[in-house]
Amino acid sequence: MTTLDSSKEIQKNNSVVNEKHEDFRIFGLITFLIADGMTFAGFFAAYLTYKAVNPLPDGAIYELELPIPTLNTILLLVSSATFHKAGKALLKDNNSDSQKWLFFTAFLGIIFLICQLFEYFHLPFGLTDNLFASTFYALTGFHGLHVTLGTLMILIIAWQSRVNGGRVTSQNMFPLEAVELYWHFVDGIWVILFIILYLL
Amino acid sequence: MTISIDSQKTNNESLQPKGWLRYFSFSLDHKVIGIQYLVCGFLFYLIGGTLASAIRIELASPMSDFMPRDVYNQVLTLHGTIMIFLWIVPVVNGAFGNYLIPFYVGARDMAFPRLNAVAFWLIPPSGLMLVASYFVEGAAQAGWTAYPPLSITTPQSGQIIWILSVLLLGGSSIFGGINFIATIIKLRRPGLKLMQLPMYCWAMLGTSILVVLSTPVLAGTLILLSFDIIAKTGFFNPVLGGNVVVYQHLFWFYSHPAVYIMVLPAFGLVSEILPVHARKPLFGYTTMVFSIMGIVVLGLVVWAHHMFTSGTPPWMRLFFTIATAFIAVPTGIKFFNWVATLWGGKISINSAMLFSCGFIINFVFGGITGVALAQVPFDIHVHDTYFVVAHFHYIVYGGTVFIIFSSIYHWFPKVTGKMLNEKLGILHFIITFIGFNLCFAPQHWLGLNGMPRRVAEYDPQFQFVNQISSIGALLMAISTIPFLINIFISMRNGQVSGDNPWNALTPEWLTSSPPPVENWEGEAPLVEEPYGYGKQFYEQN
Repeated sequence: MTTLDSSKEIQKNNSVVNEKHEDFRIFGLITFLIADGMTFAGFFAAYLTYKAVNPLPDGAIYELELPIPTLNTILLLVSSATFHKAGKALLKDNNSDSQKWLFFTAFLGIIFLICQLFEYFHLPFGLTDNLFASTFYALTGFHGLHVTLGTLMILIIAWQSRVNGGRVTSQNMFPLEAVELYWHFVDGIWVILFIILYLL
Repeated sequence: MTISIDSQKTNNESLQPKGWLRYFSFSLDHKVIGIQYLVCGFLFYLIGGTLASAIRIELASPMSDFMPRDVYNQVLTLHGTIMIFLWIVPVVNGAFGNYLIPFYVGARDMAFPRLNAVAFWLIPPSGLMLVASYFVEGAAQAGWTAYPPLSITTPQSGQIIWILSVLLLGGSSIFGGINFIATIIKLRRPGLKLMQLPMYCWAMLGTSILVVLSTPVLAGTLILLSFDIIAKTGFFNPVLGGNVVVYQHLFWFYSHPAVYIMVLPAFGLVSEILPVHARKPLFGYTTMVFSIMGIVVLGLVVWAHHMFTSGTPPWMRLFFTIATAFIAVPTGIKFFNWVATLWGGKISINSAMLFSCGFIINFVFGGITGVALAQVPFDIHVHDTYFVVAHFHYIVYGGTVFIIFSSIYHWFPKVTGKMLNEKLGILHFIITFIGFNLCFAPQHWLGLNGMPRRVAEYDPQFQFVNQISSIGALLMAISTIPFLINIFISMRNGQVSGDNPWNALTPEWLTSSPPPVENWEGEAPLVEEPYGYGKQFYEQN
């Protein structure tokens, strides 16, 4: 803490450098999420082009089962709502409630990943079987990576919003807001992915 | 919510090494990071230039006698990748952007200083990885485009390292882009309007939008390509039912905007340099802004003009030809504006001005061949010939590299407080200009007569013209010598420049040279008319 104190000292002595500006970390995050979304857009474009111009050989066509991905869609949508509840609770300085909602959100994320793995193990095709299989695993895998990272970040901020000594408080909402935005983004991508990959 | 910008900076300041050592540290100062980008990029330029010389030595004779054919392919792959991803893109965006943008918006640093330092420090390791990929068994030899199936079927360990390196460089570029957008939009000093910003800010805003929208697509594509190589999937492998044209679409969705990522910042820089040395306001500021944004929008929808011979359907050819031809309109507006800026000005003939004028001449030529290449019948005739090589180098060397040198002559006094030697600078310009045109102008003829690119051997009837081109390349290599001597001599014994040797009005000159760590002693000045030269002249008389 000594460097922090000394920097405060420097600021006090030098009024010129003691300027404030608004916090635009969320703005930077939104820009990053647009970039991330473009990666998915590239994958979706590749998948749709393959679907249009590269017909699969006979016998390789497989109708995907819908129950598990539908359950997964519901899980992620509910988790977005529970995350929102966590933010509301933290805003009212109700840290323990917020923490409970966060852990519940992370739990839903983990269930999502388990369901995804369960689906992987029960699909009749592997990564290199044909073009559809490769694209399917690339898209869902890349999204699953995002869910994994998001779940880890939720667990971190849940730990940091503990009642005593946590850094995430109603005065420091940024970590929660940032992860929430990211989580909603990952949900949105899943809905698009669900429509394009499973329903079309 | 507000946070203090300077707590972390002053904090950082007390922990940072002083003097030249700070250039080797994880510094958060945008000026230090800018110089880090520039010097690092220049070192890679020397490596890439050496490779280019090797290519021209090989091509001085029709047979592959200087190096074996596969080594030739590896050398040209490494040359292209280094020059694009480690020299042009980092220098023209990262170096000048980091140094100048905070001054132009009246800030003390970039919006995200730590992200900025991370973006720079991704470059040296990935650059070394790229160079190292040449020395492993099976170096990448599929060109900078890494087209499958060539990149899948040739030996692969080098190709994988190449992909990893380009992914890291793409990440660095995206972080930089996010930082520039946030800085220009959010960090402007109070009272400074968007339409009062110097033109380089607009160019960097447009460039960063292109970086953020298109670079991730390249990243995704390269991830799929590495799956094809490592896991033997078939995304781009026709044997396994894949589709190579999908790779080309995704690749060019990044790599055509990448041309604007390399050239738009140069447009911005030349718009800063010309008014200062012609003592006139920049002509047509508003049209400049709209033409930059027009290029950004059009630049995203013209990528398939690189693929006219890839079985592209007729409607696609029609659309992309028309869209490409449209880009000539905003680009032409910019050219007329620059010429009009010079028109009737009080022009000083110095190195910065000469390189900028060289840029205008070369880029007009490259632009005209670009419009020609957008026409399908012509493109099919010269596709994959030296005509394309000549066109591309007129844009990227004759355009951007000339502006990089021009900017170094213009801003060297800002960074060091010393002037560069003008005689050596003019010598540098003359050798570069003659060497460049001698090297690349004959290649138009070679291409029109059907000499294919990326092949180590050629028909002996082309030998004489190729030798002229190689002499030009030799001159370009020699031209670096007066430049380097100039830099080293001037850094030690150069004439002291004073704070504002060019009597410029843009904000970076309204502080001491070299600038203090906090950019300004006191509050940042509000520069409402960065190009108000005529007005100043009028008021003085």
